[in-house]
Amino acid sequence: MLDEIKSMLNTVMLDPDKCKGCITCMKRCPTEAIRVRNGKARVLYERCVACGECVRLCPHHAKLASFDSFDVIDGYKYKIAVPAPSLYGQFNNVDDINVILNGLLEIGFDDVFEVSRAAEAVTAETKKFFKEKKYERLPVISTACPAVVELILVRFHSLAERLLPLKAPVDIAVRLAREEAIAKGIPEEDIGVFFISPCPAKVFALKTGMGLDKPEADGVLAIKDVYVRLLSAMKNLKELKPLAKSGSLGLSWASSGGEAAGVSDDKFLAADGIENVINVLKELEDDKLQYLDFVELNACNGGCVGGVLNVENPFVAKARIRALRKSLNYTGERSVYADKDEWFYEWDRLPEVKDVFRLDEDRKIAMQKLAAIESAVSTLPGLDCGACGAPSCMAFAEDIASGEATMDECVRRDK
Amino acid sequence: MNCIHVEFEVPGNNFLSAGSASDSVKSTLKKLGVPSSAVRRVAIAMYEAEINMVIHAGGGRCYADIFDDHIKIVMKDEGNGIENLELAMQEGYSTASDDVRNLGFGAGMGLPNIKTYSDRLKIDTEVGKGTTLTIEVDFD
Repeated sequence: MLDEIKSMLNTVMLDPDKCKGCITCMKRCPTEAIRVRNGKARVLYERCVACGECVRLCPHHAKLASFDSFDVIDGYKYKIAVPAPSLYGQFNNVDDINVILNGLLEIGFDDVFEVSRAAEAVTAETKKFFKEKKYERLPVISTACPAVVELILVRFHSLAERLLPLKAPVDIAVRLAREEAIAKGIPEEDIGVFFISPCPAKVFALKTGMGLDKPEADGVLAIKDVYVRLLSAMKNLKELKPLAKSGSLGLSWASSGGEAAGVSDDKFLAADGIENVINVLKELEDDKLQYLDFVELNACNGGCVGGVLNVENPFVAKARIRALRKSLNYTGERSVYADKDEWFYEWDRLPEVKDVFRLDEDRKIAMQKLAAIESAVSTLPGLDCGACGAPSCMAFAEDIASGEATMDECVRRDK
Repeated sequence: MNCIHVEFEVPGNNFLSAGSASDSVKSTLKKLGVPSSAVRRVAIAMYEAEINMVIHAGGGRCYADIFDDHIKIVMKDEGNGIENLELAMQEGYSTASDDVRNLGFGAGMGLPNIKTYSDRLKIDTEVGKGTTLTIEVDFD
């Protein structure tokens, strides 16, 4: 079912004309979700966590992340932009966030609601979660990066119980944006709420409604798509409305460590980059980090500023956001949403782990399959060269066992 | 299919490679659909045993037999052996050197943790000859 949704959504798509079948993406996929068949990279969607690593790595730009085209906003009379904080790091020579937010009004939106505002509310709620000791086992793992959540559900089942059961800031922002518009007297059916995303993982999470009863955003746009329109619009601003409402705390969520620093003084860890994230998850799995309270993990290098739908180098974007934080009036963590009940912040439903690596439902049959796989592996060269179209000799042997590949596809084996 | 047998070399004095045997077994158990709580217990017990081998015994060998309802792990070394087993089983008791402690290991939780996370534990040790741990964890 989920496989269908993911392939329907095409979390990542292939431009077959550009794909040379070079195996770069296949070798680095964190869930071994890519095979090269007939010279083209194919995604096994049931394993894909939408991290965007293949999009980032493809030397031929054949991998594409999916998102809505800008004209999706035309379907609504009252259009609200919900920008990710990483958007602010994309522009040179901007010293006031209001320039960017007013630019959004210029390109067709009627209102804006910054994700960073909601991030501050999530920080406050996370602190409450710790104060009331609602966790079962420490450390608790952040759920802000949907690629990390998916990775845990696919590869690290024992860690699912450690996930912070709070909605991501973007989900809170989408909901609050709609509520604010309704409070202004705008008919509900006229309202369209659009997230401006730094990455395909967020596109996937919002389209599927990760942790929610149903998806709530009316569209998900890419930062790089909005960027081009904003560039010219920002030059033609006639007035500068004071739209920026978030503090520096909310902005800091754009890069790795920002979320964690707002939650814990010293008992936290923040890791970024998919390989680093996997190494930390392995340590968590072995209970080696029990002295920590909070673990923030971001699939992209540098955090959300490293998402593949951004334009700017993540480190440049991070430096710019740091500079922009100084222009803000206050540091953050608002209590303006104190009227909200806990359920407003908590996940509507807990995500379920996915058995995609399990060889068979029946453990005895799984053992037989594993024995066949091990025996096939022992006849393979162990080079993990990828020439067969599978990322490792082990993955190739598994593909043979499931009938997806045949032994003669190994070109390095002594025949 | 009775059981799947795997073997690993645990190199001595190499903290970085310690954990590779437990990592591999962990991945195998996931493929077999072993409940994650059991995978976790196996991983912790095995990792602690690997670290012990690195710190105290200059490495050794690890043999694992995976059955459909449990796993039996034999960790065999030819190190100095354990002088006082009763003390060694006490939480916080450690004979690790200061160098090892400075690396964050040797907190005296190795054997106690292995006992906590396993269902059955047998320790055969002889001073000057070596130590063999037999760890069993039930899956369901």
